[in-house]
Amino acid sequence: MTFSFRLRKKRVNRSFWGSFSLFALLTLFGAFMILPLVYAINNAFKPLDEIFMFPPTLFVRNPTMNNFVDLINLLGNSWVPFSRYIFNTVFITGMGIIGHVLLASAAAYPLAKHKFPGKGFMFTIVVLSLMFTPAVTAIPTYMIMSWIGLIDTYWAVIIPAFAYSLGLYLMKQFMEQIPDVLLEAAKIDGASEYRIFWTIVMPNVKPAWLTLIILLFQILWGSDGNGFIYSEQLKSLHFAANQIVQGGIARAGAAAAVALILMSVPITLFVFSQSRIIETMATSGMKD
Amino acid sequence: MQNWLSLKLREAKANKHSYILLAPYMLLFTVFTVLPVLISIVLSFTYFNMLEFPRFIGWQNYTRLFLEDDVFLIAVKNTILFAVITGPISYIACFVFAWIINELSPKLRAIMTLVFYAPSISGNVFFIWLMIFSGDRYGIANGLLIKLGIILEPLQWLKTEAYVLPIIILVQLWLSLGTGFLAFIAGLQTVDSTLYEAGAVDGIKNRWQELWYITLPSMRPQLMFGAVIQLTSAFAVADVSIALAGFPSVNYAAETIVTHLIDYGTTRFEMGFASSIATVLFMIMVGTNILVQKLLRKVGE
Repeated sequence: MTFSFRLRKKRVNRSFWGSFSLFALLTLFGAFMILPLVYAINNAFKPLDEIFMFPPTLFVRNPTMNNFVDLINLLGNSWVPFSRYIFNTVFITGMGIIGHVLLASAAAYPLAKHKFPGKGFMFTIVVLSLMFTPAVTAIPTYMIMSWIGLIDTYWAVIIPAFAYSLGLYLMKQFMEQIPDVLLEAAKIDGASEYRIFWTIVMPNVKPAWLTLIILLFQILWGSDGNGFIYSEQLKSLHFAANQIVQGGIARAGAAAAVALILMSVPITLFVFSQSRIIETMATSGMKD
Repeated sequence: MQNWLSLKLREAKANKHSYILLAPYMLLFTVFTVLPVLISIVLSFTYFNMLEFPRFIGWQNYTRLFLEDDVFLIAVKNTILFAVITGPISYIACFVFAWIINELSPKLRAIMTLVFYAPSISGNVFFIWLMIFSGDRYGIANGLLIKLGIILEPLQWLKTEAYVLPIIILVQLWLSLGTGFLAFIAGLQTVDSTLYEAGAVDGIKNRWQELWYITLPSMRPQLMFGAVIQLTSAFAVADVSIALAGFPSVNYAAETIVTHLIDYGTTRFEMGFASSIATVLFMIMVGTNILVQKLLRKVGE
């Protein structure tokens, strides 16, 4: 990368030293962002004597798969097999994403394209809900969950994820840019609203699906059950990871291995969907 | 009045399909978001221990919270400290880095976006900071400082009051280039490039003027969206605090309103009191957000 500070387009008003110092800043902070992850990835392949070496090193010298073997042995001896934790996380993530994309899209369509009483009010409440975190409502949510009988089931994590408000917000903003003529043409042809939604709107908002998928993936993949799940056999990979980390020094290698497994999946997903997500985010703005 | 009502009813009937499409989402949203907020506010005026029926006690929870609970005041102080530092810094960082990245070639831009976004998407693996700030000499932080001769013995980073808060702020900032950052990257790409050319003709001399007079005003909607995202997460610090500093932390050095809420809600089962903590947090978050939205509307005007 020999000075590839090449500008995207030849743009006016750019001084060399201005660009140089800004890119130096970018590199510096880029290093701060990525080095902890690089360190964690390297740690996963370090033999124990390298993890406990003084002075500590960033990069691995003699890479080994021992930590992964340790991890499997460690969890193979545990009462709940490791594969079960993986299944739990995959199941919760998968179901949550499918339900959320369907429900949020169905709700976003009328909010974006129809006029009806109560629309403004509903959207305002959804925007308002972006302004506080679920921690605020944890106690009443627990009570409601126990009334409905969801406590200690996968659904305690999955069903609230369906109604995640950031997803609805982004989907609605993205749908607004679908041209009205497209919808009206279908209406003249006699298509019902549901048909229009399913055959015209949904295929047109694929970039937004991907965005909702990745946002929810981020939440559900890293979820530890939110305090709603007690049975060990229903617990998530992230919960298992935390337990290994609590093991301290003896578990340092296995902890690094599990960290690598946890982070590689969402990062890979993002690499492949990045341009679609950026496309969606372009419409994320809040209008007055 | 009756006319208006019947008109609205007729309108609603004509839009039956809209309501049907909205119903499943709105039902769940009401049950898991709206209802809990309302219940929380009501419970905050009661004594409730999950066993007996809630007993109305007026403002007692609130007076106890602000006048008798010393730890709550530490939590409020920490939360505001976190929010005042990580909120604006992360917001500005999101914008500045998105702005610089936007000048790169498309391929480099994709790579740098990934570099900055990776921590926030990597599935809550902030526990890797435990390895960096571990209390023995094998942690990177201690190892490096000992090697350089700055310290002689390993520091107990996460067990020392003076270090805990700055470390949590650091990790929180590391995690904070998330959805808001992506929104800014996207927003910058949608700014009409002819505006820049027109600006140059009109006498804009350097990139800073360009930023202030053209870029910022054209992305006001994204700026407002990003502010909500960054602010809300800045007030909600808890997971990082618990993972790094433990729960409770040394001498409550890393106690936040959210961890205080968790303490009373899940350990002590004082649900009425915990609800009053939740309600205070809710008011702080929504109030600040609305205020910031009002301020941002003025950008570039």
